[in-house]
Amino acid sequence: MSDWVEACAAGDIDEEDVMRFDHGGRTFAIYRSPDDEFFATDGLCTHEKVHLADGLVMDDIIECPKHNGRFNYKTGAARGAPVCVNLKTYPVKVDAGKVLIQIG
Amino acid sequence: MNAAPSRRDYSLIGRDAKLAVETGLSAAEWYHTEIPRKQMKALMQRSDGPAIRDTIIWFAALIVSGAGGAWFWGSWWCVPFFFVYGVLYGSSTDSRWHECGHGTAFRTQWMNDVVYQIACFMIMRNPVTWRWSHARHHTDTIIVGRDPEISVMRPPDLVRAILGFVGLLDAWHAMSDMLRNAAGNISAAEKTFIPEQEQPKSIRIARIWTAIYAATIALAFYTGSFLPLMLVGLPRLYGAWHHVMVGLLQHGGLADNVTDHRLNSRTVYMNPISRFIYWNMNYHVEHHMFPMVPYHALPKLHELIKHDLPAPTPSILAGYREMIPAFLRQLRNEDYFLKRELPLTARPYREEFHDNAAAAAAE
Repeated sequence: MSDWVEACAAGDIDEEDVMRFDHGGRTFAIYRSPDDEFFATDGLCTHEKVHLADGLVMDDIIECPKHNGRFNYKTGAARGAPVCVNLKTYPVKVDAGKVLIQIG
Repeated sequence: MNAAPSRRDYSLIGRDAKLAVETGLSAAEWYHTEIPRKQMKALMQRSDGPAIRDTIIWFAALIVSGAGGAWFWGSWWCVPFFFVYGVLYGSSTDSRWHECGHGTAFRTQWMNDVVYQIACFMIMRNPVTWRWSHARHHTDTIIVGRDPEISVMRPPDLVRAILGFVGLLDAWHAMSDMLRNAAGNISAAEKTFIPEQEQPKSIRIARIWTAIYAATIALAFYTGSFLPLMLVGLPRLYGAWHHVMVGLLQHGGLADNVTDHRLNSRTVYMNPISRFIYWNMNYHVEHHMFPMVPYHALPKLHELIKHDLPAPTPSILAGYREMIPAFLRQLRNEDYFLKRELPLTARPYREEFHDNAAAAAAE
């Protein structure tokens, strides 16, 4: 099991929004849901490697900014064409105002 | 009117397709104007209201004009009704298909899906095939061999472009593709952009549509009247002119094989009726640069980033005044294109988007 990695401060992300986090040569997307929970997924769309952090969060959906493919960012499930492959998700916790993700 | 055989290979499985992938021109990182996240987020926000309003108007106008055409069928009074019905059926469905395919027209996804399916049927574009072809169009906009939606290739086939205004070739190809798909055949080109698991859906839709058209033709024979076909199918021909008129302006005469939408797309100011029919896709540079922004927010986006874009073409007529001479010149020199001049406030084109040869061709 890998260590928890500090991604950002909780206040860095607005509610119902997303932020990019790069670590160890990899890129991730950190989400803050409308009900103030935090989630993390791989940062690139599984369709054509576009950064999801430039996309739109609506409820529990992240929409890719390039082709409007949709994922449930809580589960990683692909929810609409042109995406067919699910996103990998990562455990997240908030500790002392910091958002930590567990990178496997 | 046709020129010598093109040096460009537009086949999706041909030489230029392979070259674009090998050189990184395909799936490249495209230029976009910087917009603060908060402003971008506000522009991307979805709403059902504008699209519900526009869809109610659209359906009401379709029903009234279609009913009027049927009521006056047999007299000249039916002509103005079918003129309106044709444009609503054969042209406004181009933008409805497009915007709902992006999933940006409505916030509620099932509403996008319903309008998408209806519009696809009317515009004769298989909803599965065209969803994937349009994704490719956004990945590789006007990249030769990669973009399946290049409407005017080089050198331009002007006969084909003119026939497009009455939908003849489009409808012929659409019907051929529908029957081929209905027979269970997905072409090699289609296989390059439709994932395997999606292909059966494309076949199923083609079979449903074939049944609808067969029933319409049977009804026409049964009643001894063209009227059923004037309401279903033929409007794709006699009402196509508006979507072709505005659609050719999207990229016509501009650069190919570049990765900056300011070079290969055109924003045109239009009258409000055309903008309703076209759902604001006249803001085409803005749409390609930020496809997440719904049609009703494109005028705001335009105001926000116009300092970084070439000056918009002031009217449809002005667009044709620059595009037609460019097409004619491409008959002699297919490398010629209209180079979009940037205002002083814009970030310059990157050199790799505009190498010396391309710049020389534009002179």
